[in-house]
Formats: sequence, C-alpha cells, structure tokens
Amino acid sequence: MRTDDLVHALVADRTAGQSSIGRQFALAIAIGFAISAVLFWVTLGPRPDIAVAALTVRFDLKIVEALLLAATAVALALRLARPGAGTGLQTVLMAAAPVLLAIAVVAEMFVVPASQWQAKLVGDNSLICLTAIPLLSLPLLAAMLLALRHGAPTSRGAAGAAAGLIAGGLAAALYATQCIDDSPLFVATWYTIAIGAVTVLGAALGRRLLRW
Amino acid sequence: MSQRGVGWADLMRAANSGDANSYERVLRQIAAALRPLVRRGLARAGRSDTDIEDVVQEVLLAVHLKRHTWDSTRPIEPWVHAIARYKLVDALRRRDGNFDLPIDEFSEKLAAEEVSPSVSGREVERHLAQLPPGQRAVVHAVAVEGASIADAAERLKMTAGAVRVALHRGLMTLAKTLGQD
Repeated sequence: MRTDDLVHALVADRTAGQSSIGRQFALAIAIGFAISAVLFWVTLGPRPDIAVAALTVRFDLKIVEALLLAATAVALALRLARPGAGTGLQTVLMAAAPVLLAIAVVAEMFVVPASQWQAKLVGDNSLICLTAIPLLSLPLLAAMLLALRHGAPTSRGAAGAAAGLIAGGLAAALYATQCIDDSPLFVATWYTIAIGAVTVLGAALGRRLLRW
Repeated sequence: MSQRGVGWADLMRAANSGDANSYERVLRQIAAALRPLVRRGLARAGRSDTDIEDVVQEVLLAVHLKRHTWDSTRPIEPWVHAIARYKLVDALRRRDGNFDLPIDEFSEKLAAEEVSPSVSGREVERHLAQLPPGQRAVVHAVAVEGASIADAAERLKMTAGAVRVALHRGLMTLAKTLGQD
C-alpha cells in the first residue's frame, strides 16, 4: 500500500473518539479499588478496634506509606504510558514511601527495646499479610494493565512493574485496616515482600500484555 | 521537509480539533522525516532498504492510534521519535533476518504501483488481506480507492457511522497484526 493511501485512511479516521490517559487511569483505579474493597469487606473486613487504632501513629503510618507508594507509582505510570516522556523526577519520587518507612523503622528501634524487635517483626499475621495483599491487588493490577494498554508504554516491563506497585500499594492500604500488626518492623518486612511479589508479577505481565 | 518541532505540534493540535488538512500535512511531514531515520536504523542493523516503508507505515499507524498519548503542551518531536524507535526495534526483532517476500493476490497490484511516485510498503497490504471482510472492504475503499466516509458508505451500502467504526477497527487490527509476526 502506498503511504499516501494509508495517510488518507488515517485522516478519514481522525474523528474516532479517544479519551485521555489520565481519565483511563482514574477509571481503572476507581473500578479496581471498588472490586478489591468489596473483596476485602466480604473476606477480612476492618479490625473491630479500628476507631481506636486510627488514633495511633503506627496504624496511620502504614496507611500513609501504602497510599504514598501507590500515588508515586501512579505519577510514574502516567509518564511511562507516554512515549518520550521523561521519568527522572517520578523515579526519584518513588523513594518517598520507602524513605518514610525507613525513618519509621529507625524510630521504632529507638522506642522499642531490642529484646522485642524480633517479636514485633514476626508479628501475628505474616501469612495472612503475604496472602491477602497479593490477592486483593489482582483486580487493581488487571484494571491498571488495561489502562496501560490504552497508553503506549515503550518500556513494557517498567510500566507493568509500576502497575504492580499501584495495585500492591492500594491493596496494602486496604489490608492494613484489618492487620493488627502495626509495627514498622512488621510492615517493612512482610508488606514489602507482598508488594514486591505483586510488582514482579506486574513486570512479567506487562512485558507480555503491553505490546502495541 | 524539515519543518519540525513547533510546526508539527501546531498542525497536530489543529488536527486534534478536527482539521483534516492539518492532519494530512503533519502525517506526511512525519513520514518524510521518518524515512532517513528508519533507513539509518535498518542500515545499522545490517538490513536492506526494502523494509523502510513498512516500518514508516507501522510508525504512522501507531502515531495515529496513540495520538492521545501526546501531551499537547509538550514538544511533539520526542514523542514521535520514541514511537519510531520502539517500532523500529520491534520490527528488527520480529523480522530477524528472514523476511519473507509475500506472494499473494496483491502482488500484481503492488508491482503496478511501483511506477507511482509515492512510496509503498508491502506489509500493510498483506495484513489488509487478512482483515475480516467488512473491515477490509472499508479500509480498502477509503485508503486504496481514496473514498470519503460518505462515498464508502454509499458504495458499500452501510451507514456512515458503521463505516467509521469498521475503519477504526480495521486500523486497530492492522496495527495489532503488523506487530505480531
């Protein structure tokens, strides 16, 4: 086919509707989070003492850390979905949640005697944490990968990983309202492993599913 | 033809608000700018020149179908280049040295077209032949025969809306299958 002919067809198709990447992302997060939240509600549900827990720094910190991780990953994914868009600032900002968590861990080690560190780290719910976060993240991960397919990621693995961080972060925020282990030592260990697994899954799926 | 940067961005913004003329101009200018870029890329990978127009057309399709990923407040050139690089790397990986010369019902037509001053590619034509009949008829009418949406609708006894849908789906299918083999 002549390139001029192809151009003619493309020009004729110029009115085909396109919605912005930002809108697709917002939709994906809203739908994915709604499904994950319902799933969370019917399986685990928030802890009974949540009203009291919400007044403690440790509880609030784990929610803030999870949401911060998801928010910075959204900013990164939005850039990765656009060809040629720089990701420098967004990559640096990805350090925000880990840095906050690291500060919380150091603070915890000052506040809590060394003899209790291991108990705090092991906690009571590590197995549930390792199961619930990946499972709750699946609807979000699927929705984010669909939204990214609407974009044009030139680094498919990185875009998939960012989708995994968004999904893992939001799923962790949900799960954190049920988990009674509030110590940063617990969060830094088990939440990190769980979200890391979702991120690796996202990268692997992204490499396969985000071709365009 | 090296009217780039601001020129392309202005044309693309006009195109996004529905101006057909601007869209045609910017696509042609992008195609012209892509050819030397793709030629260099193929040469560096030790490939022949015969694939240039196929890659150019694949990039144009991607530019069209992904134009909502360009942030219209930013320069357009890095965006076009990133798409071109992605598609070139993809094409090189896919073809991997054994590029088959397609012999099908369109070979005669293609040979006839070589006298045309405009440049041709083979891959889009080959994949066009594999589209579902409805989409193929519409894309063929609009692209190859140069019909307008209204002409194509009348000729194919379809509504203008159905022609638009079939055209868009056909282009999306083309872009997808071009990237697959």
